[in-house]
Amino acid sequence: MHELSLATALVEQLQEIMAREGVQELVSVTVAMGVLSGVEREALEFCFPLVVEATPLKGAILKIVETPLCFRCPRCQREWQAEKVDFAPCGGCGSAPEIIDGRDLVIRSLEVT
Amino acid sequence: MCRECGCLTHVQGLDPDHATNPDHLRDHGHSHGHEHDHEHGHDHGHDHGHDHGHDHVHSHDRGPLRTSSIGAVSPAHRHLSLESRVLAKNDALAEANRRWLAERQIRAINLISSPGAGKTLLLEQTLERLQGRVNCAIIVGDVATDNDARRLRGKGAPVHQIETRNSCHLAAGQVGELLAHAAPVGTRLLIIENVGNLVCPAAFDLGETMKVALLSVTEGEDKPVKYPTLFHQTPVVVITKIDLVPHLDWDMALCRQNLRQVRPNVTLLEVSARSGLGMEAWIDFLENWVA
Repeated sequence: MHELSLATALVEQLQEIMAREGVQELVSVTVAMGVLSGVEREALEFCFPLVVEATPLKGAILKIVETPLCFRCPRCQREWQAEKVDFAPCGGCGSAPEIIDGRDLVIRSLEVT
Repeated sequence: MCRECGCLTHVQGLDPDHATNPDHLRDHGHSHGHEHDHEHGHDHGHDHGHDHGHDHVHSHDRGPLRTSSIGAVSPAHRHLSLESRVLAKNDALAEANRRWLAERQIRAINLISSPGAGKTLLLEQTLERLQGRVNCAIIVGDVATDNDARRLRGKGAPVHQIETRNSCHLAAGQVGELLAHAAPVGTRLLIIENVGNLVCPAAFDLGETMKVALLSVTEGEDKPVKYPTLFHQTPVVVITKIDLVPHLDWDMALCRQNLRQVRPNVTLLEVSARSGLGMEAWIDFLENWVA
């Protein structure tokens, strides 16, 4: 249950971005959550309003989009998605794949006034 | 990858018209004829032609805090598009720790396992065996008490305890504050025993050289696939308490298979800190690793 830490880090960073960009009010923030980010969506959605409550971001909406796990074969460049972590060899050439997306929790966009 | 949505359909050749397919564009709600990875805020001046209030999720290159305004969608509202890890601050502190350690030729292990997997007993035996061979230092994290630090002291290595006070993981800042005291001149190997937890410590980079996971034979062979976020990040996994194997239905081949599913090139070591079985291989591994 580290989602409270994540929500706190998110709100701190949002405040920095808003100060830098001269933003008055945050309407919503969209966060991309990788399948392999280790984040529990419901817990983050629960924590976010609690953290923003005592800040100028109060009322801001958190939108979460889930990023699928994306593999790429370094040899034949084939790319594919997966629901779970499984380093099955590339279906095209049999090489060991690498993960290229779906590991991170990333701020994607802010809707602001 | 599709620059509009990040999906892979057309890459796989399943739908060659994907990028211009009206259904696809409608699904994503807008049709941009350009890529959104420019550096900074300017108005595009083009008409997005879609309702306000949808999610703008563009596929950007990974990187630190690249921001760009992607156009005013109404007089009052605008969208800022960026790509920044939520834990960017922890990442930066972790990088500072990593630099500090590298400048001093100290290699650091972030030791992670569930509670009771045997981290502290393994470290007790490790310190005793490395005494006089490798200069070690220990940072140990627990929610409460300094019990582990007391167990580890008096074995030739400085030991520092972090009490996280209800936090379920160590963070880079906590380690950074301690580093100068915790890893004195001459230290070659710093082992950071994280809070017992397979979920949260996996998210917080501490600046370690390598994460090592412990998995005890009493936990079940499927732990790696149940907690892939952690086991995907650990190039070395130590199977502990192997002296108990005769009393259990432990299937080492299955465990190995599960580990390789999430980390194909994982190095697996099997030890019993209690009986000493496998300890020499672990000690040899550490000595070679810091050499």
